[in-house]
Amino acid sequence: MNPIKTILREIFGLFVDDGTFALAILLWLFVVRTLSPHLGNASAWSGPILFFGLALILIESAARYSRRRTLK
Amino acid sequence: MGIGWAHIGTSITASFLASLVECVEALTVVLAVGSVRGWRSALIGSASAIAVLLLIIAALGTALTHIPLHILQLTVGTLLLLFGLRWLRKAILRAAGLIPLHDEAAAFSKNTAAMRQHGNLPAAWDKIAFAAAFNITMLEGTEVVFIVIAIGAGRAGTLLPASLGAVAALLVVTALGFILHRPLARVPENTLKFIVGVLLSAFGTFWVGEGLHLQWPAADWSILALIAAYLLLALATVPLCRNRSQTVASIP
Repeated sequence: MNPIKTILREIFGLFVDDGTFALAILLWLFVVRTLSPHLGNASAWSGPILFFGLALILIESAARYSRRRTLK
Repeated sequence: MGIGWAHIGTSITASFLASLVECVEALTVVLAVGSVRGWRSALIGSASAIAVLLLIIAALGTALTHIPLHILQLTVGTLLLLFGLRWLRKAILRAAGLIPLHDEAAAFSKNTAAMRQHGNLPAAWDKIAFAAAFNITMLEGTEVVFIVIAIGAGRAGTLLPASLGAVAALLVVTALGFILHRPLARVPENTLKFIVGVLLSAFGTFWVGEGLHLQWPAADWSILALIAAYLLLALATVPLCRNRSQTVASIP
């Protein structure tokens, strides 16, 4: 295989092994970025809101994997 | 506000532990290559990869100083989030028994067998040993470089502590490799990966928040709260995944 292709695939693999999981993280960052200027008084908690979304994505992805893995 | 111990201490710890995991994995392969094909070419291969990585660090370090901080925090933070959460998810699934644990002794045996399949040893220069050692050092080293930059680039003054953490890990693993001459199978690598996943996810979340100009209730100290929150979350998710897989398995 082309060595450049191999290196690029390895680098991509550092960040993405489950496409849905990676996409959900990026979508959540986009949502927070879009909504954060409109949070008003709640903006003091915009950092924790970012964390809670990521936490939910992590739990959902791990639970989905465990369910899928067992059904195989 | 200058950088405080919340940043310096966590930068060194995160960088040291993450680099330790990568160095242990590289050491296993280099030991397998060296013990089967000879040490000279294997060590030159590893040293060459380290030299290339140092050049990359020097080039990137200079380039990073020209990028506005909030763009750097957002970009590096996003990559660190993808990297750290992927690592943490894998660690949770390993701890729940859903994917196999990493075993250095097994990796050593596999690599030793692979090296033996290449046949007789050349007299002086062994291209196979050089390439194998170079590749694994480059591969694991690239991860170390990314981790150091990602941890250290988010705030002025944290690149040095992050680099020191990585150098300390390299020295510890190299020294142990020279003394023991066998893979470091007793290092609790899977526990380390769990902790590192927590630390990298916390840093990634914090840097992205800073890059997006989000507010953290305790300013810089929020990074410690994020570490604690991710740790509790990960510890709570392990039994959840285990129970979920058992429940699904028991459905006829």
